[in-house]
Formats: sequence, structure tokens, C-alpha cells
Amino acid sequence: MRRIISVLMENEPGSLSRVVGLFSQRGYNIESLTVAPTEDETLSRLTLTTIGDDHKIEQITKHLNKLIDVVKLVDLTEGAHIEREVMLIKVKAAGAQRAEIKRCVDIFRGQIVDVTASLYIIQITGTSDKLDAFLQAVGDASILEVVRSGVSGIARGEKVLSL
Amino acid sequence: MLIRALHDEGVEYVFGYPGGAALHIYDAIFRQQEVKHILVRHEQAATHAADAYSRATGQVGTVLVTSGPGATNAITGIATAYMDSIPMVVISGQVVSERIGEDAFQETDMVGVSRPIVKHSFMVRDQRDIPEIVKKAYYIAATGRPGPVVIDVPKDITNPFDTFPYEYPEKVKIRSYTPATRGHAGQIKKAVQLLIEAKRPVIYAGGGVVQGNGSELLTELARKLNYPVTNTLMGLGAYPGTDRQFVGMLGMHGTYEANMVMHHADAILAVGARFDDRVTNAVNKFCPNAKIIHIDVDPASISKTVTADIPIVGAVDSVLTDMLALVNESDEVPDAGAIKNWWQQIEEWRDNHGIYVAPRYQQAESGKIMPQDVIKTLHEVTKGDAYVTSDVGQHQMFAAQYYLFDKPRRWINSGGLGTMGFGLPAAMGAQMADRDAVVACVTGEGSIQMCIQELATCTQYHLPIKIICLNNQALGMVKQWQDMQYGSRYSESLYEDSLPDFVKLAEAYGHVGIRVTKKEELKAKMEECFAMKDRVVFMDIAVDNSEHVYPMQIAGASMRDMWLSKTERT
Repeated sequence: MRRIISVLMENEPGSLSRVVGLFSQRGYNIESLTVAPTEDETLSRLTLTTIGDDHKIEQITKHLNKLIDVVKLVDLTEGAHIEREVMLIKVKAAGAQRAEIKRCVDIFRGQIVDVTASLYIIQITGTSDKLDAFLQAVGDASILEVVRSGVSGIARGEKVLSL
Repeated sequence: MLIRALHDEGVEYVFGYPGGAALHIYDAIFRQQEVKHILVRHEQAATHAADAYSRATGQVGTVLVTSGPGATNAITGIATAYMDSIPMVVISGQVVSERIGEDAFQETDMVGVSRPIVKHSFMVRDQRDIPEIVKKAYYIAATGRPGPVVIDVPKDITNPFDTFPYEYPEKVKIRSYTPATRGHAGQIKKAVQLLIEAKRPVIYAGGGVVQGNGSELLTELARKLNYPVTNTLMGLGAYPGTDRQFVGMLGMHGTYEANMVMHHADAILAVGARFDDRVTNAVNKFCPNAKIIHIDVDPASISKTVTADIPIVGAVDSVLTDMLALVNESDEVPDAGAIKNWWQQIEEWRDNHGIYVAPRYQQAESGKIMPQDVIKTLHEVTKGDAYVTSDVGQHQMFAAQYYLFDKPRRWINSGGLGTMGFGLPAAMGAQMADRDAVVACVTGEGSIQMCIQELATCTQYHLPIKIICLNNQALGMVKQWQDMQYGSRYSESLYEDSLPDFVKLAEAYGHVGIRVTKKEELKAKMEECFAMKDRVVFMDIAVDNSEHVYPMQIAGASMRDMWLSKTERT
């Protein structure tokens, strides 16, 4: 099962390598990973998605918690949550394609952020599934380049991951 | 500065080896008296010696090495300590800050190289951070599930011309690190209930009981309940080895009765043990009828391989204290009839195949000395009271089986990583921990050659350890597996005529060498060896080279499936 694990950790050199190292060392998979400092600059928030059964996820969270740099973590998929991923995509857009792609972008509530005579750069935000669906709708033939940010997430309601 | 911080931390001995990037630190060592440095002959030995010092005393071991090769040579010893959860602080020199990343002379990314085998690591970036980092390093190493911590110190950080106000922190708080202490009261209550209701209980105690100073409490609990106890390789000495309730070590080379008790148990109290693959054999066939209580300070150890029915996260001594109190208060007592039947069954197993009731091995037709007899003689001559360190292989298993340890911290071996070369430097560390103690290193002619240079360190610091070398002229455990699984094709496990004359070698280092080839002279020569209290004695004992270690669990099967000898199996 796909899980989103959100980690609050010390914003210090080496912290990220410990997290990433743990995954390779113990044979766990990282599907996506995003990390950036929080409003408290001594802390970083790292969000990663991984796939595994309950036993594996329990081991992953236990081992992450053991890392000295990890302050707190939460498995967002255990409760209601919001997940978002940002994608920038460069597509061929010439002739009749231009209007077709523009329509598609509107349907997915994306934005065209750069235009040339022959291409668009599109920005689109949503769950990973939505981004996948958009890629499928546009079709491989017109895609020149795809950049995805990886998943970020936050729990719904009162639950807060902070110190 | 760094040395002053070590002194303030209470460090007595540092095991190390100097080099360019560590020279400022070594100069500071020269200019003070309090922190004593032990110069080894290879950095690996420094880590093993500090590790054993820690195992023998319970204090944090300290290592100091230089950058590059000094640091990488320490890696095997750090991994050894990590696998056995031994508290240790390793200080490594590093090239000057501004050269880092430029492939400077003797540069290696020590924090990166050591990352998977340390509990934590620090790179010092500012001199003023030294006191706090040292304090944190010792705190992290010693608390929770202990482990090695690396402090990488660029050379400019220890420049003696840079001065600044120094204050050593009394306490340290790390917001992201709160090691478990007390166990959950409700869980402990449930565990006690399960234990009292059990009809076929067993206590399975590991290295965590030794490390967590829980031996006395565990012994009290076991005696109060009259339940059988088995110790892991790392846990030997956690419960007295000569006690009636002790059924021996369990696992791959555990005793028949210990493995049978485990397999047939209906309740297992696992304390400070981690259900290692060398214990459980095939996990899906492990102890089919047992409810499992698992006490461990490390939550990640619980339900890692075997799912615990009642997990208890907490320090072993605290949880055992709470359990004892509940057992003492409880109106309920174990079902005496069931426990009596259980003991009857255990005694039957013992009588049939137990290795302590009667010798279960044949004397060699060649008349050669049997390795088991060497360990039994060692136990007799040292009255079971020596610190015994060991290397890795058949001799390690024979020592674990036949030297019945009555006290914790007396058996010092590389259980998790299985590091050959551990025994001799570990013996040095144990002797440093207790200068008057009898320290024996049980080894083989293979392992001893991996750190044999340390015989010189023993000379320099007058460490009168006794080396008991079971010489079978082969890598015995490798050979045993080749006998059992590879049609006796001895691929690269025989030394043929390449072995040194160990007696002369010992003498070359200024020590005493004794060769033993005849059974009749074994005991007298061993007495002679241990009578030389102020000398290092190297006993080169020619043992039967066809002997295997038994019992041996059959791979892929349950705990009760064992080879009992070359021809007999369960």
C-alpha cells in the first residue's frame, strides 16, 4: 500500500543523508521525496512516499524515529489528509494542438506559464493520480519534459505536526 | 580542549593511534596526565579494545584515530560495536575544514562512511561546539539502546592557538531524542498475568540484560517463578550458567534442551533479546504454540522478525523491577503441577541429549585433544571466574557452550557481526578494565592472525592476558559447513604448512609460548600458564581437526530440528 510519511527533523547537514541512507540500508523503497526548511529554520519538513505492508511501514516509522535527527513523524495515510504535488510540463503545441492542449489544461485546472510559437509550459497541481491522468490525457507524443515536485501533505483538521 | 572535555566527561582511557590530522589532539594528550592513552598497533584493535573495556565495565569506550586510513581501519570495530549495541565514542581526525571535499591527503568522508553503522555522528564545525558535542556524544552512546557515536574533528578545530572560554555542560538535552525508560504499566500487568498462567514457560534473555544491568533482577524473577532460563550468545552470564534452572544457550549451536524448551513453550518471556536469525531458525516455524512477551529498550527491535503478543518498550532493569513487584504482590501463583511436569519433561531432554549431563562427543581416534575438553579444562583451572574473550568460529561456540558463565560481563565476544580478530584486542580492553583479573582469549589459529600485531601492545602496557589457541590447522567453522553442505570440498579453508610457530612468535614479542599436543599434559600446562600471573602466555593447543560443533540446527526448519552429532539428528 502507498503511504505518505511526513517527518519533522533537525535542519542540519547530514540529516537528509541519514534518512535516505536508512531506506537503502534496510531495503525500503522511496517513491518520492521532498524536503525544505519550515517556518522555524532549525527544522526541516520531509515528506516521502513509500510502498509496503503494515509490518514494513511499522518498521520504517520505528527506524525513522530512532534517528537522532528526527524530531517527530506521522503517517499521513493513517487519517484524513491533503496531498499535493506540483508538476511542470513542457509540451509541443503547434497548429490544431494548441487549442486542444489549452482545453485539456483548463479541464485539469492547470495554468500555462510560458508560451512560444511551438510549445507550452504548463503548471499543474494536485494529487499524484491527477497528474498521472493529465499526462495520459496529453499523450506521450507531445510531451517534451516533465518535472514533478514529489508529494507534500498535511493532515486535515486539528492534527498538527510541530514541536 | 577536546581532551579536557574527555576528562570532564570522566574518560580514563583512550585507545588510539596518532596521525597527521590528529596531531594537535595528541599534543594535548602529551601535556596532561588524567586521560591515559593506549597505543595499539592497528586502529581496528583500538575499537575492539575500547568495545571490550565497555563490555567489561558498562562504561563508554573511547577511541581516537586520525583521518583517512586511520578512520577506515576503525570501521570494522565500529560495526562490531553497533551490532552488539556497545556504547562507544570514536573521535576521528579530519583534514582542515577548507580542504574538505578536495580529496586532500588522508581525507575520507568519515561521517558518510560510518553512517550505516553508528547510532549517530557529529562533524565539528566550530571549536566552541566541542564541549557540547562531546557531552551529547557520550549521552547518546550510553542511553537507550547503546551504540557507537563518531565525532569527526577537522584539524583546524583543534588548533591550540585559538582560545576561547570553556565550559563543560553538566547536562544535555536533545529535543529529538528521548530514550525509553519505564515500561507501560498496563502491558507489564498483562505480561505478569500471562507468565503466571503459563504451563510451559521459558525466559529467553539476551545481551540487553547484560548491558542494561538486569542480571540480578532477572535471576530473582526466574528463581521466584522456578521457570527455565536460556541465554543467547550475547546474554551468557545474564543468568548463572551453573544454575539448575539454566538450560543452556539457545539457537543454531544452542543446547538440545534449550531449543526443545523454546519450541514447546506456551509462553516466552524475551528480555533484551532480538530474535536474531541465529536464534529463531526459520521464522515461520518458530515456537508455534507460544505467546510472546518482548521487553526491549528499542521499539524497532520489537516485532521486527517475530511478532510479540505483549510488547513492552522500556529499560530492562526498570521493567523487571516492576514485574517482580507485581509477581510478589500477586495472590495468584503458577500452577505447581504444570510447572513440575514441565521440569520433568526438561530433565528428560537433558538426560537424553544434554551436553552438560555427560560428554556427547567422542574422543578422537587419533588421540588428539578435543576442543571441548580444552574449554572444560579452562573453566576448571580458572574456577569459572575469568573474563573470557573470543574470536569467531568453532572455538567461539565451544567456549559459549562449555564455559559456564556465572556472572554478567565476563563473556566478551563479537556476537552480531562475527568479527574475526576481535579476541586479542578485546582481551586487552578487558584487562585494562580490571588490571587484577584473569583474562583469557579463546581463539583459533585463523582468527588470532587477524590482529596478532597486538601482542606488542600487551608488551608495552604489561597486559598479562592468556591466549588459548585451539589450533586445528583449518578455518574450522568454514570447514564444518564444507563437510556438511559442500561434500567436504575444503575450498580455501586449510592452512597446510603455512602456519607460524606460535611459541616462537610469542617469544619474539617477549612473551611465553607453550605448545600442547598431548591430552595428558593439557591440564598441567594450563595450570602452568595461569600461574604466570604477570606474563602474556600463548598456549598453542593442537586439537582434533575433524570435530564439528553440535548441536547444530538444521537450516530452514524449526528450533527443535538439530543435528546432535555427525550421524544423529532429531
